[in-house]
Amino acid sequence: MKRLFLFIALVVAQPVLADSNLPPAYWANRQLPNPKQEAQAQALMDELRCLVCQGQSIADSDAELAGDMRDLVRRRIAAGEKPSAIREWLIQRYGTWISYKPTDEPAAWPLWLAPLALLLAGAWLICRRIKLKPGA
Amino acid sequence: MSRGLRLIPIILLLWLVVGLAWRLVRPADTAIPSQMVERQVPAFTLPAALAGKAGLGATDLATGQPRLVNMFASWCVPCTGEAPVLAELKRRGVRIDGIAIRDTPGALAAFLARNGDPYERIGSDAQSEVQIAFGSSGVPETFLIDGKGVIRRQYIGPLNASNIPGVVRELEQLR
Repeated sequence: MKRLFLFIALVVAQPVLADSNLPPAYWANRQLPNPKQEAQAQALMDELRCLVCQGQSIADSDAELAGDMRDLVRRRIAAGEKPSAIREWLIQRYGTWISYKPTDEPAAWPLWLAPLALLLAGAWLICRRIKLKPGA
Repeated sequence: MSRGLRLIPIILLLWLVVGLAWRLVRPADTAIPSQMVERQVPAFTLPAALAGKAGLGATDLATGQPRLVNMFASWCVPCTGEAPVLAELKRRGVRIDGIAIRDTPGALAAFLARNGDPYERIGSDAQSEVQIAFGSSGVPETFLIDGKGVIRRQYIGPLNASNIPGVVRELEQLR
């Protein structure tokens, strides 16, 4: 009896969420009929950061705001707007924080230079090792 | 390899551990400030969220009178806590408009009946469209707007009693 009760409780359990009672926006979880446009939208959504689940892209996030942002992206792309323009529009509102795509501003320079620096350091190490061998 | 060079990995590891520990003790600020502050309110028109109360548009925010725009929702728990603060601000002559995020008229009417209604107008933003246009990332958030319709300040999270004097003073300065 207790087991049955627990089972029923488990089945009817609902997560406690601070979510609205409106359904997701129309294009939140629906693909655009034009595959080329949908591919563009998907690529952009993968690079936009969710404001609620801040480690996820809006393509991955289940947050309502992410759904509303996917709807916004798909509607604008269906209306013929360029992905770069949509990204720019969002950056105007939330700063470069919203975009996962690395920029060329000075704050991102270490990111671009790090691979080069690591390659050089590796080459230097290898050179030293090779030179040491014959003498050893 | 010299002794000094051998220590480098250990120093790097220590640096990493100390950095991680520091961030655990002092978590980073996760609030995303809007870049729209000091800029004109984006163009928008929102339908009325309730029968008998006007909707809200960008032109209603440039009437010569500074005011607050409060983004809220009936499903938002901290908004309930913020309601007495908004009521007090209204009592002190602050003009407040609301943008109801993803809300239904029934739930909204019940929320206002329970918590009081400080709003002159309430626009219904069913798909968070205007919220995103403002650079807002959640509810509740409050934007302070001058008489020309320029956003002058953003309050992220619920306003509390300690915010009241500051808000009143700032609105008076803008008058």
